[in-house]
Amino acid sequence: MSGPEETPKAKPEETHGSQAPQGPVPPAAPGPEPAAPGSEAAAPGPESDGNLPARLGEERLAEPVVRTGMFGVQGTPDTSGYGLLRVHQLPAIESPRPYGSYFDEVADALGGALEAAGVGFSDAIERVIADRGELTFYVRRERLPEVAAKFRDDPALRFELCSGVSGVHYPEDTGRELHAVYHLLSITHNRRVRLEVSAPDADPHIPSLVAVYPTNNWHERETWDFFGIIFDGHPALTRIQMPDDWKGHPQRKDYPLGGIPVEYRGAKIPPPEERRHYS
Amino acid sequence: MTSSTPRAAAGATDADAAEGRVYTVSGEDWDEIIAAANEARDFEHGERIVINMGPQHPSTHGVLRLVLTLEGETVVEVRPSIGYLHTGIEKNMEYRTWTQGVTFCTRADYLMPLFNEAAYCLGVERLLGIEDKVPERAQIIRVLLLEINRISSHLGGIAPMGLELGATTIYTQGARLRERVLDLLELITGLRMNHAFIRPGGVAQDLPPGALEAIRAFLESGPELVRQLRTLIDANTIFVGRNKGVAYLDLAACMALGITGPVLRSTGLPWDLRKSQPYCGYESYEFDVPVNDMGDAYGRYLIRMDEIEQSMRIIGQCADRLAARGSPGPDKDPVMIRDAKVGWPAQLSLGPDGLGPSPEHIKHIMGQSMEALIHHFKLITEGFRVPAGQVYAAVESPRGELGAHVVSDGTTRPYRVHLRDPSFTHLQSVAAMCEGGMIADLIPAIASLDPVMGGVDR
Repeated sequence: MSGPEETPKAKPEETHGSQAPQGPVPPAAPGPEPAAPGSEAAAPGPESDGNLPARLGEERLAEPVVRTGMFGVQGTPDTSGYGLLRVHQLPAIESPRPYGSYFDEVADALGGALEAAGVGFSDAIERVIADRGELTFYVRRERLPEVAAKFRDDPALRFELCSGVSGVHYPEDTGRELHAVYHLLSITHNRRVRLEVSAPDADPHIPSLVAVYPTNNWHERETWDFFGIIFDGHPALTRIQMPDDWKGHPQRKDYPLGGIPVEYRGAKIPPPEERRHYS
Repeated sequence: MTSSTPRAAAGATDADAAEGRVYTVSGEDWDEIIAAANEARDFEHGERIVINMGPQHPSTHGVLRLVLTLEGETVVEVRPSIGYLHTGIEKNMEYRTWTQGVTFCTRADYLMPLFNEAAYCLGVERLLGIEDKVPERAQIIRVLLLEINRISSHLGGIAPMGLELGATTIYTQGARLRERVLDLLELITGLRMNHAFIRPGGVAQDLPPGALEAIRAFLESGPELVRQLRTLIDANTIFVGRNKGVAYLDLAACMALGITGPVLRSTGLPWDLRKSQPYCGYESYEFDVPVNDMGDAYGRYLIRMDEIEQSMRIIGQCADRLAARGSPGPDKDPVMIRDAKVGWPAQLSLGPDGLGPSPEHIKHIMGQSMEALIHHFKLITEGFRVPAGQVYAAVESPRGELGAHVVSDGTTRPYRVHLRDPSFTHLQSVAAMCEGGMIADLIPAIASLDPVMGGVDR
């Protein structure tokens, strides 16, 4: 971590936010940690340079490689026909009933369990997607512990095992950039479901599930480490894979891979993130 | 020399970091330390000491660091600290094509490389919607390789377990058998580890000539070696004494901590994804799920040994099926999906100038078909596109449920791949198993989880 000092990119009027307890250590230089408007805890804003490694050269930020497509062909159909293979679509926004398989049963059981607790289905679940034989519930983040507890305890659901949490960063999905994905397994019924929760970059807080599924302890630490999602209520949300004093959250899309060019027999091979790619 | 000045002594530079009395130990001075401690009457108050075990320690099964709080020889608190082998495999995969991703994820848990590949490839295949189009021969070869790998992985857990307990013979005997297994893998895939052999759509190559004979030879000699190993260990007084009743974990704890695999099956629950949620055609093989209700380190050892025997059964069935199919060649019995948009166009073959596409294929693309050349070039360099979406594919690895959460945004590279590694999950249970026990029991406890740090840290 002995590279050139980072130049703060924050605008001058932005105030210096106080650090969240588990946040990365601010640099000695004027730390670009803008307090996100509307965030209670003034957590380290993921927009800030705090997410970038200290060793990142300025010139690489200034000159990102913008080379896509083959042989400079831009916007025209590829003569090989390969361009027609492109299936660039977001998965179904919401699946209509019936979902098929055991999915309807699970959704009904969840609705019943929530109703018994005085919570409407749509108050807790944003939408449901049944895609490729897998069922995903998009849970409103404030309802996550409640919904997870229902999944664990309701006799018709009984998802005893949580396979941990996996983060995904969608920078272009404004307002819901950070996703936490939980995979639940019911040994009783031999079923799987997926819960997905999203949080905006400006307020990266998601309630912790450690009280419901203790196995999520390390998984949430890993997701905090890699994505900067703060799991409220976690007993000790500290870095787990990266060193304790690491800056930034490496799995985020705005965090560069940090590859270095490799020289082989006189030819320089650029690092993977600067090589030509086609998508 | 011993100095017992509270909160200030050579060696503890930061006064705040040192809690209580600091003793400087320079070797051969135990008498002085004990005298000094007695003088301060520390033992009356049950003094606790904090020691670091690892990350470089022969008994921690890898670069695992354990922060131990000890009262005498009793472990009061144990905190596993990981991350010493983090290599950014998941991040790196986001910058390669879907096929190249195999090369990275195989290096995660290096004792079960083929399982990493299988979980990832099953995920990619489900994203592509080609799960049922993978040729049957490829599925048989996958099962064959997975079970060979299961044996080598279990032996890679049991043999060092003996070594960590001080039994060199267990290690050498286990390693001897493991060598045979790795020879098989080397013959089939070319490598002992990091195979990158299972690819989206099938496997990289067909079995080489002589592979079936080698498998048969192994199935003849292997069980005898396993029997010898079991004769050595199963009823060994010291081994049983060190493992029985140690590191107990019951079913409720396993559920809460997300523990699967042999550890879960040692609590009496016969949960095996090969039976409950079959993949790669496991439903058509005959095998048993070993289970016992000991819930301790010894029970886990027995399950691993029983699983080795069951794996041999499955390998035998794979060999029978492959023998029945013969080797009619890639056109009649392919090992890669026939979809030209996904499967690689050529099988590798050994030519006069080294390994490369087969001469017929080179003749075809260089002399006959420009389109085939373009297709080959594009598929290898650009890769195929995978429709957007996300899946979670899980396989029953030697250590438990290994899941791959694979996300695509519709491009030629994975958008995000997360390996839900069983070792990572299981290490959380060290505190539950070891706190309150003796420090000597820590070693079999960790060995019985069989964590592999490559998978833990990825």
